[in-house]
Amino acid sequence: MKKSHIFALVAIAAAIGIIIGNTGDASTYVSFDQAYQMASTGNETQIHVVGDLKKDANGNIVGIEKSADKLSFSFILVDENQKEQKVYYNEPMPPDFTRSEKVVVIGSYQNNSFLASKILLKCPSKYQEEKINTSSL
Amino acid sequence: MHYFIGDLGHFFIILSFVTSLISAFAYWKTINSPDETREPWRKNARVAFYTHLAAVLGVVVCLFVIIYQHYFEYHYAYSHSSRHLPGQYMVSCFWEGQEGSFLLWIFWQALIGIVLIHSQKKWEAPVMVVFSLVQAFLASMILGVVIPLLDIKLGSSPFILLRDAIDDPIFSLQPDFIPKDGSGLNPLLQNYWMVIHPPTLFLGFALTLVPFAFCIAGLWQKQYSEWIKPALPWTLLGAGILGLGILMGGYWAYETLNFGGYWNWDPVENAVYVPWLVMIASIHTMIIYKNNQTALKSSIILAIAVFVLILYSTFLTRSGILGDASVHSFTDLGLSGQLLIYLLFFTVAAIALAAWHWKHIPSSEKETEVYSREFWIFLGATILCFSGFHVIIPTSYPVINEMGSWFGLDLRLAVPGNQVEYYSRYQIWFGVLVALASGTAQFFWWRKIDKHNLVKELLYPVLISLVVFALIISLAKIYKPAYLVLTLAGVYLIVSNLKVLFTVSKVKKSLSGGAISHLGVGLMLIGIMFSAGYSSVVSLNNTGMLISKDLPTEFNRDNLLLFINETRVMAGYEIEYLGERVKPNGIRGYVSKNDIDLTFDPYQVIATKDIYYNNKKILNARDTFEINPENTFYEVELRKNGKVEAVLFPRVQINPAMGGFVASPDIERHVGRDLYTHVSLPMNREEEPEWSEMSEERIRINQEFFVNDYVAVLEEVVRIHEIDGYILDETDVAVKAKIKVKGERDEYFAEPIFLIREKSQVGRIASEINDLGVKITLLNIHPDTNDFSLGINTRQKDWVIIKAIEMPLINVLWLGTGVLMVGFTVAMVRRFKDFRKEV
Repeated sequence: MKKSHIFALVAIAAAIGIIIGNTGDASTYVSFDQAYQMASTGNETQIHVVGDLKKDANGNIVGIEKSADKLSFSFILVDENQKEQKVYYNEPMPPDFTRSEKVVVIGSYQNNSFLASKILLKCPSKYQEEKINTSSL
Repeated sequence: MHYFIGDLGHFFIILSFVTSLISAFAYWKTINSPDETREPWRKNARVAFYTHLAAVLGVVVCLFVIIYQHYFEYHYAYSHSSRHLPGQYMVSCFWEGQEGSFLLWIFWQALIGIVLIHSQKKWEAPVMVVFSLVQAFLASMILGVVIPLLDIKLGSSPFILLRDAIDDPIFSLQPDFIPKDGSGLNPLLQNYWMVIHPPTLFLGFALTLVPFAFCIAGLWQKQYSEWIKPALPWTLLGAGILGLGILMGGYWAYETLNFGGYWNWDPVENAVYVPWLVMIASIHTMIIYKNNQTALKSSIILAIAVFVLILYSTFLTRSGILGDASVHSFTDLGLSGQLLIYLLFFTVAAIALAAWHWKHIPSSEKETEVYSREFWIFLGATILCFSGFHVIIPTSYPVINEMGSWFGLDLRLAVPGNQVEYYSRYQIWFGVLVALASGTAQFFWWRKIDKHNLVKELLYPVLISLVVFALIISLAKIYKPAYLVLTLAGVYLIVSNLKVLFTVSKVKKSLSGGAISHLGVGLMLIGIMFSAGYSSVVSLNNTGMLISKDLPTEFNRDNLLLFINETRVMAGYEIEYLGERVKPNGIRGYVSKNDIDLTFDPYQVIATKDIYYNNKKILNARDTFEINPENTFYEVELRKNGKVEAVLFPRVQINPAMGGFVASPDIERHVGRDLYTHVSLPMNREEEPEWSEMSEERIRINQEFFVNDYVAVLEEVVRIHEIDGYILDETDVAVKAKIKVKGERDEYFAEPIFLIREKSQVGRIASEINDLGVKITLLNIHPDTNDFSLGINTRQKDWVIIKAIEMPLINVLWLGTGVLMVGFTVAMVRRFKDFRKEV
């Protein structure tokens, strides 16, 4: 066997290794029920859940609780299957949090609570702006 | 309404599109015509391409005029600019939008095309066919034309009117409505790096086309190996510029964003990083080819791969497919189909062309020796490609998910929350391998090495590396195995290249480019290892509090709640928050919000007293000065053993049109480490504070009393005749009390007013001391006992929540970056000279 063939074989093996390594560690988008099942079977990987903040009949966001020192907060997230879940986050509440349309929480269940290690906010950015400020007319 | 400029701009876009097609066709005819008509075709092609360049410049000028003249009837000006935007940032507006950034890309490529026309006699026609076609595809992205009958919208024009872009009821009432002001530039982009980073990056993008065009031309003209010589210097230039652009982006992120670093493995970053790695690999295979005629096929594959990856990254960041995965991709302009065609056209065409000619491409039968320099360089190039491969897969998860859904698979793959760890866990080993391969390759490069003298050659560099390594770890206390190995590999890379540099520069300085660039890489690896691996949160709050009764885990908290003028001790620092500041435009320094009066124009404020900054007077009392009202700076003092180490002014920008709140850090730079602080949460000034119930005290003149635990004294009560410029009537009686309150650092004065109008109506104007959280009202005057009733309300004192991080040796990274760029320049100059000598 020529050395270049050995080189090619090693390269292919490395490529397969990288793919397996990558996807093996990958997280997935799941619902809260799936996340709970994963945690109860001892699977502690971090998963993504996409949802909306819980709102009352008037469209006001409900269920946000800040800690006394403002350094952490919790909120209620409603996932795609309409399941409500209290989510804890160990960071101060981002000022634009309540303006976000969708929230992606990344974390895992601990007992019956979901602990987020990171949250991504989908804010209505200026690009989606449909209203023009006419006040300065 | 200024219709003309927009119509003119749109005309130029269409002209640039048409001329690029004509140029492509004419250059095609230059190649495929009988000899006597070739030169006329070439002339036509050149005229077409020059017209194309002129048209592109025309588009640029029109768009710039619209932005600069504040023609807010145009969507581009309205949504990216505003009247108060400083001049230099108007340039940033230009490329904030997708259309403008496409335009920048087109502009660079048109310029490079002109350079190639005049420098590549032999290659001009085939290379320019590829160039012109790419220009046509790019121009089509901003065409903004609806194809009749098919009803397909081609491209998104930057000259679209606001009323056509946004469906607002005002336009049905008033079709000619023009907003008075634009919605402004994203505050994150109001930074000098955003003036120079995008042009650099897009110049890098544009330069990746050059080796690709030469490679395609080479395959097409059956000049399978000749293309490498002209392509190599351009590849070096491209890799240098692209690398510089990427690092500028990293530096901008470090200064402006608040994730606490310069690299976040965000899909948008990865999408440029991967082509850059492959481009570096392609430089190495081309150099191998130039030396011993092997690795030609690898060079062809890599030259094509770089450009295809650039197209892929364009597709990823601009098609909207990243969606949830990235925080800062462009918005979807509905161009995804067009972008996909662009990507597929060049991918399929290039692969098909290469496959067609594959059999004829000469390949060396020579077996590569392990003791040859080619082996080590090729190994390095392979590692770079794998490193890129490892990054591109997770970056493509959204694409893989989408493709899975075509086959009915519900994959839902996502990059884990700790993406930095997810990527760096493996990337660190690629870094180690690259360092070892390129450190060793340097020895093989300059001397014939075989089994016998290998030990001799390597002995001293390895020994020196080990000694330096031992010194570093004993000083820096590195224990993590991966970091130890990376440090050793980085030191080895630096030492071996220093040795080579020393030897080479004695012989011929112009050949030292390789050694210098690898030296830079070694420094960067060490800098990255320390600054990222050993950054520590200074504001660490390890009280181990339970976040909730339901959660058993104890958490360290990275953020710190600071009340004004109260010192906290954290990680060896005494941290104190001193209050909110504004920054006068064009003046070095900051002004306390307590020392300014607002005016009707939010951009103009008046100093209420002489303002000093660092013991230097920067403003006189009653001076009116300009500020940017979006910005508030939070003065935070860091002390060690009572000595002030740093005064930081992290910034918060409030811009409702942009989605609210944007925090940027302030960085205290030291040679050995940076101290990085940003605001996590400021007080909300819009919210009415919760005041305590009023307590009432009877005080005589000069009597001391306590408010909110501060010592206060009623200094005087005087009669006044006007209130805020309003002259009172003869019958009105108004008195003002002057109360001095001693804060921790300053003395403050509260001046409540008591007013009797028309002998019966009583009015009271309370006075508030913001910093201390105190409000004092003059409730009543008691002439019989000669004392006064004061009402005192208190609230929670002002606060801010911050995060502070210490980053060691980050300057080694920036130093390495500079060295790398010097290396690229030296190598590029040499290769351009080579090329000119032999033409």
